[in-house]
Amino acid sequence: MERSFNPETPRRVVFGEADVTDYDQQDLPTEVMPLRMGPSHPAMHGTVRMVMDVEGEKIKNVDIQIGYLHRCFEKECEYATWTQVFPYTDRLNYVSPMLNNVGYALAVEKLMGIADRVPERAQFIRVIVGEISRITDHLTCLAAGAMELGAFTVFFYLIKAREWLWELLEEVSGARLTHSYLRIGGVVRDLPDGWCPRLLDVLGKTREAMADADKLLTQNKIFRGRMDGIGIIAKADAAGWGLTGPVGRSTGLDYDVRKDHPYLVYERFDFEVPVGSVGDNFDRYACRLEEIKQSMRILEQAIAKLPAGPFIIADARIALPPKSETYNTIEGMISHFKVIMDGIHVPAGEVYSFTEGGNGELGFYLVSDGTGRPIRCRVRPPCFANTAILSKTLPGLFIADVVPTFGMINMIGGECDR
Amino acid sequence: MANVILERLKAKFNAGEILETGSSHGDEWARVEASAWTAVATFLRDDPDTLLDMFVDLTCVDRVDRKLRFDVVLHLRSVAKKHRVRLYAGVDGEAPEIASLVPLWPGANWFEREAFDMFGVRFANHPDLRRILMYPEFIGYPLRKDYPKEKRQPLVRRLPGSV
Repeated sequence: MERSFNPETPRRVVFGEADVTDYDQQDLPTEVMPLRMGPSHPAMHGTVRMVMDVEGEKIKNVDIQIGYLHRCFEKECEYATWTQVFPYTDRLNYVSPMLNNVGYALAVEKLMGIADRVPERAQFIRVIVGEISRITDHLTCLAAGAMELGAFTVFFYLIKAREWLWELLEEVSGARLTHSYLRIGGVVRDLPDGWCPRLLDVLGKTREAMADADKLLTQNKIFRGRMDGIGIIAKADAAGWGLTGPVGRSTGLDYDVRKDHPYLVYERFDFEVPVGSVGDNFDRYACRLEEIKQSMRILEQAIAKLPAGPFIIADARIALPPKSETYNTIEGMISHFKVIMDGIHVPAGEVYSFTEGGNGELGFYLVSDGTGRPIRCRVRPPCFANTAILSKTLPGLFIADVVPTFGMINMIGGECDR
Repeated sequence: MANVILERLKAKFNAGEILETGSSHGDEWARVEASAWTAVATFLRDDPDTLLDMFVDLTCVDRVDRKLRFDVVLHLRSVAKKHRVRLYAGVDGEAPEIASLVPLWPGANWFEREAFDMFGVRFANHPDLRRILMYPEFIGYPLRKDYPKEKRQPLVRRLPGSV
């Protein structure tokens, strides 16, 4: 994307320089004042508290306090069977639940060593629902980010598109938001009839909504004024802070799990990974906008190549039998009972599996002792690392810059606090 | 390919520092003596053959029955070489403490705070070792195996008779 902004001369990122020079020369007395934003604040889409020291309107330092949405995910998982963890993962990043489902399912399958036995159709379906979720994740971030800067129309355009996509996922899974659609070894049920053409139709409509939003935002002087050169994160910081996803890529760190460590069937698709050059808010915005387009490309290719076949692994110890067998045969009923009551038996071992979530590398570190329940189910939340760097990025900015910077980091409380 | 990391580790450090290495489910891992934690991490980050410069994850596992009760688990990745490693360091259950990695990777800050919050493992020389997810008044370490799942510690006092 063409940038008129020159990163060599940041407009107002260094404390005590640039446009406050006049005030400094006048030697106006300022004193440091504590200011608390949140945990409940209209411009924070997420429950987070920021304890700031401000001097005039400049932030001197900031302490980001998270944890308001902590729901003991990791503790609860230790008491659930491997399958019962799926509903909990829905509630991690609740704007892209399918991607969490995918990440968790792949981790358990890696530990069980059945990753290559998962039917191809199931893998394609996972890619499809995952990419839809990625689009809804980015749409939410862009929509909320624009709304917080006063562009309410854009919010409606994008949220409307998100709703169409969620309706499709609702059709697949039965739930609008907490899908729990994946299972170990596959997915819970096949795609409904006529779903793929409907998806293509929705993608067309979403493109139009995105074009509208693009026209309203990308060349909008007010929007650009609050995005360009604000909240710059240096590329040198990205690796050390563990930044991934659009936030990491906006700095120029070219890392996308789908490209660098392909999983599922991603290596069969043709798509590009947008990388920023400046690492400011606008780069994060532009990266997300482009990623939505790339996800749509993946979706169209996946639908064109979607193979026929079973949608879950044929193994009575892992997958539930079809309902006709459960109700009509003794073997089906026993196997249903065993999978539900004892849980799937995952061999003892430890594994770290990672996928590209909505906000970056979503990792699952699982420890099993061979019983039906995990000993440890650790999530590596991408938001957690991405939010941590705010304590370095925000000092030097104005209070008003907190809103777009925080918005473009896209902290999702459910994932950050678990 | 990926075993470069483990071979470099075994060549550089002695058996008292690198206790065990292995590869399972496609993940390479090494068990490190806690006193060598910083030295091993610094070496892995800076050695041109390993270059594990990206901080991925740091957490703990409570292995109740072991003498060194807690395992501090670190995941690293190399941006240039695209390989990964998992490091374990066992720490004592009575007074768990290990060196902080914040000087090496600033991103370790919050992850170590979380490990402290959830398991009570102290990170020596951490710049700001406070609870992060739980509130400061919280007593105990919730992800330890001996912390009951149903235990409640409400901050707000309830009126008698309310549920």
